[in-house]
Amino acid sequence: MNKEFKQSILDALANPNLGGALGRFSEAYRVSRAKAYEGVDFEAVRHAIAAVKSDAAGRLDELAEQFKSAAESRGAKVFRTTSPQAVRDYILDLARKHGVKSVVKSKSMASEEIHLNKHLQEAGIDVQETDLGEWIIQLAGQTPSHMVMPAIHMTKEEVAEVFSDKVEEGQQANIPKLVKFARGKLRPKFLNAEMGISGANIAVAETGSLVIVTNEGNARLVTTLPKIHVAIVGLEKLIERFADITPILTALPRSATSQLLTSYVSIISGPVPNTDGTPKELHIILMDNRRNEMSHDPRFKQALQCIRCASCLNVCPVFRLVGGHVFGKVYTGGIGTILTAWFNALKESDEIQSLCIQCGNCKDVCPGMIDIPDLILELRRRLAVEQGQPMVQKAIFSVVNNRRMFHTMLRAASLGQKPFVKQGFIRHLPLFLSSMTEFRSLPEIAAEPFRDRFKKIRQPKCAEKAAFFGGCLVDFAYPEMGEKLVEVLNKAGIEVTFPEGQTCCGAPARYSGAYEVASQNGADNIRALLEEDVKYVVSACPTCTVALKQDFIASLEAVGRTDELPAARKLAEKVVDFSTLVGQMIDEGRLRFKDDIPPVKFTYHDSCHYKRTLHAEQTPRRLMKQAGHELVEMQECDMCCGMGGSYTLKLPELSAPILERKLVNIEQAGAPLLLIDCPGCVMQIRGGLDKKGSKIKVEHTVERLAECLE
Amino acid sequence: MATTTESQNSVALLFDMFKMRATAVSAEVERVSSKALALEFIVRTLNKEDVEDKAGSHALWAASGFLDAAERAQLQSAVPGLRFEVTRELAAEAKVGISQMDWALANTGTLVQTADAVDQRLVSTLPPLHIAIVSTQSLLPDLPAVLARIDPRKSAYLAFITGPSRTADIERVLTIGVHGPGRLMIVMVDDLEGAR
Repeated sequence: MNKEFKQSILDALANPNLGGALGRFSEAYRVSRAKAYEGVDFEAVRHAIAAVKSDAAGRLDELAEQFKSAAESRGAKVFRTTSPQAVRDYILDLARKHGVKSVVKSKSMASEEIHLNKHLQEAGIDVQETDLGEWIIQLAGQTPSHMVMPAIHMTKEEVAEVFSDKVEEGQQANIPKLVKFARGKLRPKFLNAEMGISGANIAVAETGSLVIVTNEGNARLVTTLPKIHVAIVGLEKLIERFADITPILTALPRSATSQLLTSYVSIISGPVPNTDGTPKELHIILMDNRRNEMSHDPRFKQALQCIRCASCLNVCPVFRLVGGHVFGKVYTGGIGTILTAWFNALKESDEIQSLCIQCGNCKDVCPGMIDIPDLILELRRRLAVEQGQPMVQKAIFSVVNNRRMFHTMLRAASLGQKPFVKQGFIRHLPLFLSSMTEFRSLPEIAAEPFRDRFKKIRQPKCAEKAAFFGGCLVDFAYPEMGEKLVEVLNKAGIEVTFPEGQTCCGAPARYSGAYEVASQNGADNIRALLEEDVKYVVSACPTCTVALKQDFIASLEAVGRTDELPAARKLAEKVVDFSTLVGQMIDEGRLRFKDDIPPVKFTYHDSCHYKRTLHAEQTPRRLMKQAGHELVEMQECDMCCGMGGSYTLKLPELSAPILERKLVNIEQAGAPLLLIDCPGCVMQIRGGLDKKGSKIKVEHTVERLAECLE
Repeated sequence: MATTTESQNSVALLFDMFKMRATAVSAEVERVSSKALALEFIVRTLNKEDVEDKAGSHALWAASGFLDAAERAQLQSAVPGLRFEVTRELAAEAKVGISQMDWALANTGTLVQTADAVDQRLVSTLPPLHIAIVSTQSLLPDLPAVLARIDPRKSAYLAFITGPSRTADIERVLTIGVHGPGRLMIVMVDDLEGAR
């Protein structure tokens, strides 16, 4: 990772405004968003938006032409262009033709994208942003850190300082006063400007209408007072039918600012009279800037379903730590990473894509139903193809793929650290490895991997068989989890096999964009796991489960190994995670809980893949309640723990504070027991709690269930 | 005892919802039974707000067909600072802007207006207080209901207003009244046409 980029992360983390303000906001957002959606079927709304926008993205040219003829028939001038330069030139020419000296703008990300202000100012035109947040960052000489709240990274003290420095001395850090000050200073700008520039949230092709959503009322002034109105509209804003604005206007305010509707929505369909009775000049610029190209990319077409609500930023565990500027200058956060890769260049996403921990929070709240984590993985894959994989990474994969060698090396490393091992934890590692144990202890590497311990387990002969896919953590760090799994399944009358040919699930390779490696991992595992005819293939790791169930298919498809897909699908059908299988056995009466289990209060941590990909998170809760345990939900129970597989190694600076929040929430729940269905999360959280000296016991659900079942 | 009809019932429900939603976003809602009472309420309000016939203290009413000459004269004699000739300059310095809205949406507390005429926008954007008159009969449940009734081909500027102007751009703290009115007063009139 580039040093400057790493430094920008460290600087952001050291900025107390960011961590504090964004953290509080993201906690409050969760609650207020849910309230705003009360009584609304979010899934139905977002399906409707995705359908409308996907349809539009499939025929941008056609809709752009339809829009142009509809708007022009009503008297607007519509300019279509692919190039940002042409947009800038068009506006400048227009300004010169009409002798425009001053321009007022309402918020437009499209204009940020093409750095319009700079261009106009260089030509001697006074350009005034009027959205309060945009005005603040314009005065401060900064770029927006958030699509909806551009100045969210600044405190009122900083705003007061900027106003005092750039506008009028003596401004106090009092928010109502600062807002009143802005109103007073900008009012004459609105009244005197000869040109107003706006963006648009929706462009309706059949009617040639622009829909503009604001809260401050600045867009109403920008589109009313100056005699010329220029709207810059990205092609992705096009939809075909007027009636289809409903789902977008239902979701946009709720997702963006937790409002049922913004203070103002203006629908402009053609020029209206000016205050002197002359007709307004209305110019609408439909800007492409690679959007059409994007629409022809089978993977990235869906990114055009974005309605720019920024909810993906608001729920991101990384964004709330570092804010927007680490991501770049225009579009930030998850969707910003994707847009930067397209509107600027793929290589510009090289560093920022690594910020994504793949927790999937954004995907769950996206009103455009964009699979942002998946598209970021696709960026990773393309970057890996374009730039090749670093040597170190290649060497790591060659070791990871050889299970015996992998364990031997880990074990050797662990023995080397023997002096550091205490009660099953490694608390400190020397030198360059120290960052791994700085904020959480690591589990000791098992003296004997599960694959060897398995051979010593005596199992009854059963009619049904399940193949166990161990995964690296159970195999090498937590073999006891594997033993408990065999014990429970035996009680249900299932005999467990452990196919020796199984290897790494391929997640580390896949999440690094190394799809060749990941697909080979897939192929090897498919062969090993289908060798013997078993009824189930079971895993106690959600990441492995997702790999077996979905990623093998996707990776093989991505590299064109289509011959192997039938076998991959056959495997996928047999795959089940441990708790889900136990739930099934309980329901079928093949397992039952002991009668004399001492009731324990527990809290539950939702692992990212377990909840958001497998959607299995209710089963362990139900099972433990059936066992007589009492569930105490923690705050943000489904927020990532910061492990993210190799993320914790690549970006320990971010992994640590994400874990810290998690630990606080766990402790505040006040339960003596924490259950988790993922050995990766167990490693991260157990290590974190150990480091803090906490008494809370962390168990994989398999360990607790083994105690509770007859 | 008079029986309440179903439609009266549904109007009552819509109004309750509208009032709840509109007040939740800091609008003030006053319901009156007749146009005469609405005018009385407005006169009272303008006097309370110290509307006077001097720069910076006017009230500006974009009356467009809502008031006849006699009504205007009567109102002006009650409130000397009230003006009906909407200009950009007058709107920029006025204390109060008054206009009539076309629909009200219950489930968001929203007012909707076809605002092609610039006067309608001037009085509802520039003054710090906007008084919006709307008929109780024009209450609709929600956005799809109004979209079905408006044709953007026939009106070039449709304005939706939900509460006063607001921002949360500094530290996410909600602050009312940035560029638009800091106060929105909604006068809902049951029998708006009756007096004509």
